[in-house]
Amino acid sequence: MAVIVYLETENGNFKKSALEVSSYGRKLADEKKTNLCGITFNSSDPFKIKKYGVEKLINIKTDHVFDAKIYADLLCKNFKDLGGTIFITGSSADSRFIFPIISILLDASYATNVVEFPSSISPLVLKRSVFTNKAFVFTELKTKYKIIGILNNSFGIFESERKLIVKDYISESLDSNVQVELIKEDGEKISIADAEIVVSGGRGLKGPENWNLVEDLAKTLGAATACSKPVSDMGWRPHSEHVGQTGKPVASNLYIAIGVSGAIQHLAGINASKYKVVINNDPEAPFFKAADYGVVGDAFDVVPKLIEGLKKFKSK
Amino acid sequence: MKILVCISSVPDTTSRINFIENETQFDRSGVQYVINPNDEFGLTRAIWLKEKESCEVHVICVGGIDTDPILRKALAVGADQAFRVDTKPLDANQVAKEISDLVKEKEYNLIIAGRESIDYNGGMVPGMIATLINANYVSNCVSLDVDQSNFKAIRETDGGKEEISGSLPLVIGSQKGLVEESDLIIPNMRGIMMSRKKPLTIIQAKYQTHQTQTVKYQKLPPKSEVKLVKPEKINDLIDLLHNEAKVI
Repeated sequence: MAVIVYLETENGNFKKSALEVSSYGRKLADEKKTNLCGITFNSSDPFKIKKYGVEKLINIKTDHVFDAKIYADLLCKNFKDLGGTIFITGSSADSRFIFPIISILLDASYATNVVEFPSSISPLVLKRSVFTNKAFVFTELKTKYKIIGILNNSFGIFESERKLIVKDYISESLDSNVQVELIKEDGEKISIADAEIVVSGGRGLKGPENWNLVEDLAKTLGAATACSKPVSDMGWRPHSEHVGQTGKPVASNLYIAIGVSGAIQHLAGINASKYKVVINNDPEAPFFKAADYGVVGDAFDVVPKLIEGLKKFKSK
Repeated sequence: MKILVCISSVPDTTSRINFIENETQFDRSGVQYVINPNDEFGLTRAIWLKEKESCEVHVICVGGIDTDPILRKALAVGADQAFRVDTKPLDANQVAKEISDLVKEKEYNLIIAGRESIDYNGGMVPGMIATLINANYVSNCVSLDVDQSNFKAIRETDGGKEEISGSLPLVIGSQKGLVEESDLIIPNMRGIMMSRKKPLTIIQAKYQTHQTQTVKYQKLPPKSEVKLVKPEKINDLIDLLHNEAKVI
């Protein structure tokens, strides 16, 4: 009957989304009057999670490079061993890779892009973002086993400390059908998926040589950098930075768009962000209709002032 | 080699999203339907493969008769055959099962489905098909090379990329990067004429059960007016972000 949370790690540390998934799971377990158990891979500090309500944690030790099929098999096995009925995960690219596989293996119904705590526990009804952030749907999960995939920054992180038991699970060497090799990229950057703040630039910045504005502002805020589709199409910035309907999804707390006009495809992709700021010299730019705060002005004048102001604010 | 591209019929991005019947049904009136963009990137990649290697490209859609125009479009851009499973799709599980049955029957080596549809955004169908047919699977696929028995693909992760290689059959979740938007094929008159002669086979639906149920829809709450800050008073913006939005 237990609620099980999949807690993602990065370099041995729980990701911020794992703390949010735990907080969500804790509340659901409380409502269902059951236990909250977690499953993680290669955590180097597993007891850190007890603050967020997990009572039992399976720490799977594997030196296997990430392989969705193998991870799905290991997660399913431990989910069953823990007596799970509800499986909660986040919305990272890896999680979205693994959980459709798990849903077939467990014959579980699966709701992705969940934005709130369930509106009903029995039957289980979840509010999901649909039509690329242009509407919501309430979906009932009808099967015995259920999977909830929550969007980042949708529920929040809440402390609720419990006594935690950690068990290591050593996975035997597993045969993989595929070879997986990481392609190195500039590893120090904050990923768009994990960022609380995203700073994005559009064609209004006139050329790639002006991207220091976006990067400096992002650095000041500890934000990830992104760009609009025309900017990646013209090769000013790598495709991996393109956000919007056909690019990477954004669900940050704050999204700052500099010189982005706000095409409907762009707005759809970033609309899950809580607060949107636009800086654009064209007061007619459609982004102003979608934004919470706006500055009508020249980015080359406004952004340096904003960086300066933020530095003063941060040093206070 | 045989390739199957899974196609979803979705409202064009600029469509107004409205609901009817007490917010329980999507209002289809006046909505323009298109091939799901993520599927279209995959379809174009499939047509390119066909031009390079000797292979056949088939397309499938799970949907009613109203989805025939998008299947005809897929035929017009170069697919050889189309299949339509005649049912109103209810959830990803049902769609994946219907498609998997055709894959097993026709023994496709490469199955391409968009990483997600832009209407329900579930993002589950490709992974579910791969699991149902026991094939290799690459999600968020931005590059793909195949020969008659092996593949090499690149998957976009949150923080970078990884290269995945193995043997066919393979299912990929296609997206931009696999081809670019400027590469998308616009059907010409000859293609459109030929598409009318290509087979579009209707398949009877087998899976009428579904694991999820739509209770109701909800439109986005009305957005409050943007608060404008004067460029010379940029510290007001910092103040709003800190004290009002509480995001810095």
